[in-house]
Amino acid sequence: MSSRGVFSRTALVFGLIFLYVPILSMIVFSFNNSRLVTVWDAAHSPTLKWYGELLSNGQILGAAWLSIRIALVAATGAVILGTLTGVALARFGPFRGRTLLSGMTTAPIVMPEVITGLSLLLMFVALEQLIGWPKGSGALTITLSHITFCMAYVTVVVQSRLVGFDESLEEAAMDLGARPATVFFRVTLPLIVPAILSGWLLAFTLSWDDLVITQFVAGPGSSTLPMVIFSKVRLGVSPDVNALATIMVLLVTTGIITSAVWMRYQNRRRERDEQLAAAANL
Amino acid sequence: MGKFDNRAGRRLVAGIPLFWLLLFFLIPFIIVLKISFSEVRLAMPPFAPLFQWVHGWPTPKLHLGNYGFLFTDPLYISSYLYSIKVAAVSTLCCLLIGYPMAYAIAHASPTWRTVLLMMIVLPFWTSFLLRVYAWIGLLKNNGVINNVLMYFGIIHEPLSMLQSDFAVYIGIVYSYLPFMILPLYANLEKHDNTLLEAAADLGATPMTGFFRITLPQSIAGIIAGSLLVFIPAVGEYVVPSLLGRTDQLMIGRVLSDEFFENRDWPVASAVAILILLALVIPIMMFQHFQRRELEAQE
Amino acid sequence: MSAQLQVNAPAPISSERTESAAFVRIESVTKKFGDFAAVDAVSLDIQQGEIFCLLGGSGSGKTTLLRMLAGFETPTAGKIYIDGQDMSTIPPYERRINMMFQSYALFPHMTVEKNVAFGLEQEKLGKAEIRARVAEILEIVKMTSFMARKPHQLSGGQRQRVALARALVKRPKLLLLDEPLAALDRKLREHTQFELINIQKRLGVTFIVVTHDQEEAMTLSSRMGVMNHGKIAQVGTPAAIYESPATKFVADFIGSVNMFEGRVVVPGTGRIESDELGCTVVVDRKLNCTSGSTVWTAVRPEKINMSRSLEDATGARENVVRGTVKEIAYMGDVSIYLVQIDSGKTVRVTLPNIMRDAEHRITRDETVYLSWHGSSPVVLTE
Repeated sequence: MSSRGVFSRTALVFGLIFLYVPILSMIVFSFNNSRLVTVWDAAHSPTLKWYGELLSNGQILGAAWLSIRIALVAATGAVILGTLTGVALARFGPFRGRTLLSGMTTAPIVMPEVITGLSLLLMFVALEQLIGWPKGSGALTITLSHITFCMAYVTVVVQSRLVGFDESLEEAAMDLGARPATVFFRVTLPLIVPAILSGWLLAFTLSWDDLVITQFVAGPGSSTLPMVIFSKVRLGVSPDVNALATIMVLLVTTGIITSAVWMRYQNRRRERDEQLAAAANL
Repeated sequence: MGKFDNRAGRRLVAGIPLFWLLLFFLIPFIIVLKISFSEVRLAMPPFAPLFQWVHGWPTPKLHLGNYGFLFTDPLYISSYLYSIKVAAVSTLCCLLIGYPMAYAIAHASPTWRTVLLMMIVLPFWTSFLLRVYAWIGLLKNNGVINNVLMYFGIIHEPLSMLQSDFAVYIGIVYSYLPFMILPLYANLEKHDNTLLEAAADLGATPMTGFFRITLPQSIAGIIAGSLLVFIPAVGEYVVPSLLGRTDQLMIGRVLSDEFFENRDWPVASAVAILILLALVIPIMMFQHFQRRELEAQE
Repeated sequence: MSAQLQVNAPAPISSERTESAAFVRIESVTKKFGDFAAVDAVSLDIQQGEIFCLLGGSGSGKTTLLRMLAGFETPTAGKIYIDGQDMSTIPPYERRINMMFQSYALFPHMTVEKNVAFGLEQEKLGKAEIRARVAEILEIVKMTSFMARKPHQLSGGQRQRVALARALVKRPKLLLLDEPLAALDRKLREHTQFELINIQKRLGVTFIVVTHDQEEAMTLSSRMGVMNHGKIAQVGTPAAIYESPATKFVADFIGSVNMFEGRVVVPGTGRIESDELGCTVVVDRKLNCTSGSTVWTAVRPEKINMSRSLEDATGARENVVRGTVKEIAYMGDVSIYLVQIDSGKTVRVTLPNIMRDAEHRITRDETVYLSWHGSSPVVLTE
């Protein structure tokens, strides 16, 4: 192993420690018996009481439920719009408005959230003055905003999947007599389903997680989970937030590991099939 | 090319998202720009209309006071410069930490590669807010780091790390590190290893090989990763709010305070426009790279 | 517009039937991408039941022409008629033409059976009929036992046959094949060539094949068109194109050739003076151009006789040059000799290795005489 390899591997190990120590510390202290969140109470045994407290906190549960509903709708909307955009950008060749469309889909990915949030709110206010819709800020304006910034991510995922697979598949379908709509639903769509699924999950996570944009466009009485957490932790650390973090980390980790294992299994099977096919060539 | 000959269908497919983004992305910016030239007033909405009817024609009444205000009040200038400094330093740190990590992953065996990539991405899927929050617990005066250091007798007084520049750097680097590693990895993974072998064969030491072969080829990845960190970091709001100094705000916080605390929408809009001005070139660079990346696959 | 000057050249076989009989008629079709003309004013007639090959290098416009026939590209100018019908406004999914893609373009999420049935389903045929026709065509391509497999479970050769079945099952009047054999390895390719010809004969479909491989074009086609820079350089049977190339480009593109610049001395007796060759060339036919005009004499390497002495050479003073063997490449069935003639130019000669032993073979640095029969050279003006 060259010195370069040793150095980069060491950096990797320390980098991963850096990434995981905060998360692990939250998990550990979620079982701490003391209210002093960061001092381990060795005198008493670990406890689940913060979980109990969390699950009986009506404000948090209500906010979580609102966040879930918004994320479900926003992810679905973002997937529909993002898929349309991805198909248009990857398959339509040059068309009028293409540069504008591709510019407007990549910009939100890096745009500082305070700016996106402010501009969306000002637009909603202007729109309400103009046509009386949307009536005030709330779940509706949050959802519309989330769709807008999430669709950019879906577009990128779908577009790179589409440029990754052979366009002649769609031409072949058309050549065999399928009209454009049939081509889309029977060939294009089944092939980009994995991209659409991961785009949906990504959009769901982003929507579920968003604080800054949401703060701008949320109205009174529409506090999402990140907003509740933020106001709570601004006042200092609290043990039930640790419990909440642990639950979320656990859910995400199981989800990701399951999907990774499943993908690995699929790949293995595919590789084996291909080897068998190649062996049968003669 | 000519995939959907059905013109009307194509127009619909491209038209719906185009309309949506015009309405919810482009027009909002134009409104921000408009309001940044309006005068604040106590009403709802709290600004004066930009166009006034003069002799039956709508005439714009540009109010430059908001910008003048920003340039004369040292609070704005210093937080503007401070934000750019914080973003630049954080980007550099991300690069210095992320590059060797991406390099190590790209050179790992395929099985390890998947596992390691998953480990990099996993924090990204968990709540950003909670991950920043975790650092409060670590950096506090009676937090985990101080407790550990004092337990081992390395220090006797707790270090005051929270509400400092250091904490903000940690928070931003921590939150944005995956955004640096992923494009770098995507770039490094494509490198042809025989180039390094050829360089070694021609007498280059591993060091020379790295600086003359690997590094120049990964410029695109470095730029993409740096932009992905720098641009959002300039307007970062959550990290400085939870970990940062109270005597020196970042510009994202200033914008939000102007809007929520002072209810001065025109000044908040002017701040937004100024942030955008600083970022317009990086954003265009990012779009250029993004497009090239996607089209290179075709 | 033939640039060839042979009067008694064999008549091109069946290339100009009556105009109304042309099954595919391409009328001065041009396709521009921006300022670049990928296909430049091409006119071509293709008869029913032919295997017509479009042969050309990459960027010659052959694939663009094929894609215009399929309807994936619209001509910038000109018209395409298939079976007398103007195709200008007809989208690909309404053309009774099918295409076999270079990548095969098998739908990865469907089984072999579903892939083949896809086209029939678009015609809204009954389930029973679809099943029967899928079974029938899979029988023809010998893929019946692989019906339930997905494309990634097939070998390259099997995929190729499924792609063929999928394109043929709709009983198209015209089948377009884009580099049909390019993805197969050499042994399989030879075998598949003949299989393709058999299937074509059995079903009587017109084939238009695009290929960059001249061997493939020669074996498959009844007629072929050589394309260069978006234009058709020559159309004819494989033999006509090889033996009587119309231009220097075609002569050079198909097989290898020795080309010498010269000046016509007496057109009536086919006499040409060439400084490049250092001798007089006499061809056994009249040249219909004026004396003094510049021409190129093209001789294929296998049509040159090589001997140790002048007596063994065929001619006396004409069509004979002296040279020294510089390189020999032993290929097994033949050997290639690079001979530097007295004028300094290098000539390529191919001789069959009739004897097993190497004793009598000409070796390096030997002085040799190269000669050829008056019927062997082709005389070209462009």
